[in-house]
Amino acid sequence: MISANLLAVFYLISGVLFILALRGLSSPESSRKGNLFGIIGMALAIGATIVSVGNFSTGFLYLIILLLIGGSIGAFIAYKIPMTAMPELVAGFHSLVGLAAVFVAISAFLNPEIFNLGSLGNIKIASLIEMSLGASIGAITFTGSVIAFLKLRGIMSGSPITFFGQHYINLILGIFLIGLIFYLCRTQIDIWFWTIILISFLLGVLLIIPIGGADMPVVISMLNSYSGWAAAGIGFTLENTALIITGALVGSSGAILSYIMCKGMNRSFFNVILGGWGATDQSSSNKSKEQKPVKSGNADDAAFLMKNASSVIIVPGYGMAVAQAQHALREMVDALKKNGVKVTYAIHPVAGRMPGHMNVLLAEANVPYDEVFELEEINNDFANCDVAYVIGANDVTNPIAKSDPQSPIYGMPILDVEKAKSVLFVKRSLSPGYAGIDNDLFYRDNTLMLFADAKKMTEDIIKSL
Amino acid sequence: MEIDPFIFRLSIFILSIFIGYYVVWSVTPSLHTPLMSVTNAISSVIIVGAIIAALAGETGNIFDTANIFGFLAIILAAVNIFGGFLVTQRMLAMYKKKKKDKK
Repeated sequence: MISANLLAVFYLISGVLFILALRGLSSPESSRKGNLFGIIGMALAIGATIVSVGNFSTGFLYLIILLLIGGSIGAFIAYKIPMTAMPELVAGFHSLVGLAAVFVAISAFLNPEIFNLGSLGNIKIASLIEMSLGASIGAITFTGSVIAFLKLRGIMSGSPITFFGQHYINLILGIFLIGLIFYLCRTQIDIWFWTIILISFLLGVLLIIPIGGADMPVVISMLNSYSGWAAAGIGFTLENTALIITGALVGSSGAILSYIMCKGMNRSFFNVILGGWGATDQSSSNKSKEQKPVKSGNADDAAFLMKNASSVIIVPGYGMAVAQAQHALREMVDALKKNGVKVTYAIHPVAGRMPGHMNVLLAEANVPYDEVFELEEINNDFANCDVAYVIGANDVTNPIAKSDPQSPIYGMPILDVEKAKSVLFVKRSLSPGYAGIDNDLFYRDNTLMLFADAKKMTEDIIKSL
Repeated sequence: MEIDPFIFRLSIFILSIFIGYYVVWSVTPSLHTPLMSVTNAISSVIIVGAIIAALAGETGNIFDTANIFGFLAIILAAVNIFGGFLVTQRMLAMYKKKKKDKK
């Protein structure tokens, strides 16, 4: 048994270690040490809690067994998961945090004595508010993440599901939830507590179904943020500093990532959350239906162009992840480098399905991270580069974002691919991208379309190099 | 007059949001995916609540409803803790600098 004060100190230390874990991510060198700090912080928090509870009877045995079961499942997933499946893994993990928060809130509600929150039917009002908020946000995180997982995994269609009055229903449910929490505090009747959880489960589903596949970077970041706020809510209930600090860190981290993603698309957060992008602007996509001439080429043409270039910039996008083309891409770049070509990579903030998605895939293919650049760092280099190789990206290169105020993506920061002397665009067809708009770049004189699967085309280019 | 402990916790909470804000802005964009997986792992510190819920209430009857929810939460959080930290580790190990020089 350790005193409550000592326990609080341990929780504080864990909190500090978690801050250092995030701090470490400011550069890849320090990041590995940061992750170690995080692990130590977690071990410390768990160890101190077990010692302070001081119960080493059968319950402790169950605890160890469950930790081992859960731990091995987690470790198994962590080692088996392919890097391309990272977005759905993160969504899946968020759902677990959400559900765990709900469960902890339920135990606190059913057995408030052990957390010093009063007694069943007579719980402190403040604690009751905190635990309902924690349970509610946790429940929204859970079902919301499950939907995000299903969409990312392709089990559920990525297209937005919208119906009449959707946002009003969500609004009414939200107001209803607040009313229920108020009622729960007045009456302490458990039926309200269960209703809060059920409605939150429903709300989580309704909030995520109208959001389309390519907006998933925002959704994942947002759910990341929610899982943090849920943890903080539980932290207040349990009067636990480690949970409060962590919840605040994770909550603000997710919020910042959502902001960065929205900025990368030049859309407001609410615009994304309210969903259905492609649905709003069929007008602008349909008017340019007439056939325009396109230059298309094969792998030999592409190899010839790149071999004789002095600098090449690679622009990867979600298509590269789908085709699993990152390894082939790196081999192609190696071959080019042997020919003395300078190659760099340009990453748009919203490329892929989650923040930093492309960077992880390139890192997996052993691309050194100091050859990979963010939009602001590299955008001026396109004007001086000979070839831009666009593989699986589309909307993020569309120059219409700069020229046509009518376009739905107007104002979105784009990679200035069109300034390169020639553009090689690997794509399966001329179909418009996610935003439903034609890419003007396809019809430019300096663009050569390479109609093929990203991986196959890249492999063919390697052969002819 | 004594200050309600809630205010202390609220102070910690608000200050931590600010720390989070500045720390996360300094995270390099190329590490945003590991950032998400590691935040996911650390938010599973909710397991401490689960452990208390599972173990502290024990008075002969360990399979009280409240305890069972505690045990369930322990499994979920454990999957997350191990999965989250290990997958982060795996990703971070892949970030390498340019090789010395191979020409």
